[in-house]
Amino acid sequence: MSAREVRNLLVSVVLLGLCALLPVYGSAYWLTMGTTMAMFAVLATSWALFSGPTHYISLATAAFFGVGTFVTGLWFQSLPFWALPLIAAVAGAALAALVGLVTLRLSGVYFVIFTLGLAEMVRQVFTWVQNQTGARGMYVLTSLTEREIFWMLLALGTLVYLAGWLIGRSRLGFALRIIGNDETVAKHSGIDTARAKVLLFMVPGAAAAAAGAMLAPRYIYIEPATAFAPLLSFQVVIMALLGGTGRLWGPIAGVIPFTLLWEAITRQAPNQTLLLLGLAFLLIVYVLPGGFVGLWDRARRRWGGR
Amino acid sequence: MNRRTLFKAVAALTLASGIGMAQAQDVLRLGAAAPQTGPLAGGAAVTHWPAVRLWVSQTNAAGGLQVGDRRMTVELIEYDDQTNPQQAIMAAQRLATQDQVDFMVAPYSTGLNLAAAPIFAQLGYPMVTGTAVTNNQPELAAQFPNMFFVLGRTGVMAEDIANVLVGMRERGEVGSRVALVNVADAFGIEMAGISRSVLEGAGFEIVYQTSYPLGTQDLAPVIDGAKSAGAEAFVAWSYPGDTFALTDQAIVQNYAPQAFFTAVATAFPAYGARFGAQIEGVLGMGGVNADDAAFQEFAAAHAALAGQGPDYWASAATYGALQILGQAITGAGTTDRAAVLAYLQDRSHEYQTVLGPVNFNENNDNERYWTVGQWQGGVFRGVAARGRDGAVPVQVFDGWQ
Repeated sequence: MSAREVRNLLVSVVLLGLCALLPVYGSAYWLTMGTTMAMFAVLATSWALFSGPTHYISLATAAFFGVGTFVTGLWFQSLPFWALPLIAAVAGAALAALVGLVTLRLSGVYFVIFTLGLAEMVRQVFTWVQNQTGARGMYVLTSLTEREIFWMLLALGTLVYLAGWLIGRSRLGFALRIIGNDETVAKHSGIDTARAKVLLFMVPGAAAAAAGAMLAPRYIYIEPATAFAPLLSFQVVIMALLGGTGRLWGPIAGVIPFTLLWEAITRQAPNQTLLLLGLAFLLIVYVLPGGFVGLWDRARRRWGGR
Repeated sequence: MNRRTLFKAVAALTLASGIGMAQAQDVLRLGAAAPQTGPLAGGAAVTHWPAVRLWVSQTNAAGGLQVGDRRMTVELIEYDDQTNPQQAIMAAQRLATQDQVDFMVAPYSTGLNLAAAPIFAQLGYPMVTGTAVTNNQPELAAQFPNMFFVLGRTGVMAEDIANVLVGMRERGEVGSRVALVNVADAFGIEMAGISRSVLEGAGFEIVYQTSYPLGTQDLAPVIDGAKSAGAEAFVAWSYPGDTFALTDQAIVQNYAPQAFFTAVATAFPAYGARFGAQIEGVLGMGGVNADDAAFQEFAAAHAALAGQGPDYWASAATYGALQILGQAITGAGTTDRAAVLAYLQDRSHEYQTVLGPVNFNENNDNERYWTVGQWQGGVFRGVAARGRDGAVPVQVFDGWQ
């Protein structure tokens, strides 16, 4: 380990510790904000693990997330709670593999459209199953408090972070960077591009589903219409791109300001939140193509230093 | 001169008493988060927001709420929850901790009420909801002892439309062939299941049963199916969009069974405005005692404030929920939430509301409410209720006029 890696590790551990102690020093309001941020941090970081290197924009977050909430809704009474995020992660990864096998051989545009439709399709499948079985709206009544949900999300975020770090150092990560730069070159170098993409697409699938499973007790009433709300997919994309996908910490740098801004807009001008989403997107496209990460890297190049 | 002195004295007295009043008159901060955008914004604009604003404006016009020896005017702080449970949670948290409101209005719709319930419970806010319908009151009340339900139980409503049909058949007004359709979501599935078992138990024959996904535009096949199956009664557990679409199609195809029931939004004034005299005899979910003086007074004030009348079901329950909260604050004589909650949890208390008297059972549940209504003479009148007087006899549906 180089000195720089040790420094980064120490910084990460200190920051994580500060986050983990939020329920101790923060007010209830900041705990609620923190839980929302932790949720988006997990979703955006895991999203960027796949979409960052490959440049495939995935709008499937809501589908995976919804599957996770349903896993909790269906089994929270019969299984111990710790098992649910694991089951959800497996289910999310399986769904991602399925979708990936079908679409990731195609070029980017088809993939975007398919993932957008995926949440709606999964929602209709769940509704259909509920209808066939006569199952009812699900009430997830547990004794979990927001504090515990926050810690669970934080742990999940740490796992996603570690996974991203390991992938970045693996052959798979290297292969994906090549695919992102030029897929034809990657193929000619002997990389099984479809396999690499499918494998990596399973990571955001698993993470989003696990996050959904953890957050279900917060929503209490699980129904397909809210569990698969498509807005979530777009929020995640905007936050991750705003932060920048070039580095592991990029998405988090987007999540925190965006959540704070969203909250401020909701307070001051409740009807303008969608406008914020649109403006943020324009800002990314025209001013910040590399997100905050790109800005940071440019600034460092200009003024030297490390 | 003398007169002028007198005038001055009176003016000074008025001023002084005015200042005195202002000092005694405090402000009670009331927070409200409900949909202003998103899928349920339309429903909330009819049912929720006008009723909440009406209660606040009427309370203030009456000089405020009596709290102990003070009169407190009510300041309403509104947020949009974007019909999103995540935002509903954040809004409730923000109202409590940032705006530091004294009390909160329960959100709109079952899902958003349940999403906000843990925050209300955790922060110790009483939650009197007028728009949550569920069958899980016992479990919910055990988990959230601060949550009170005014609108009633879904199971009972599904039973009651079946009971209305049973009664009609006993009088020879309807045959025993029923079409049962539902929107394919939690609400529709649950309700259709309950009505099916009651109807079959009473010897009805379900000749046509189907469901359709939420948001389906074309419901012609559903009406066509019911018509060709020869169903003499039509029961649809529908949401606002499909309630309108099913009615539309039944008129287009001139499908006129002896009883025609659609669920949510049948009680909306917009439904009456859209179809006019054609819907005479259509049955729907909910209802009110439309002849009751208290309701008529409420409806007139609602129309004056919001430019539109209330719906014939949950509007009054939303307003009633705030009347209950207000009376509990006055009854407890303090803005201390724990004391107000204790007052609400004392089952011996009864509240006078636009719905009539309301009290809560051991499950924090109101047992007196309307279940089925019918359009009669341009007004949606309650025809079946639990524990409420004023139900009018059901009329046979006589075709689309």
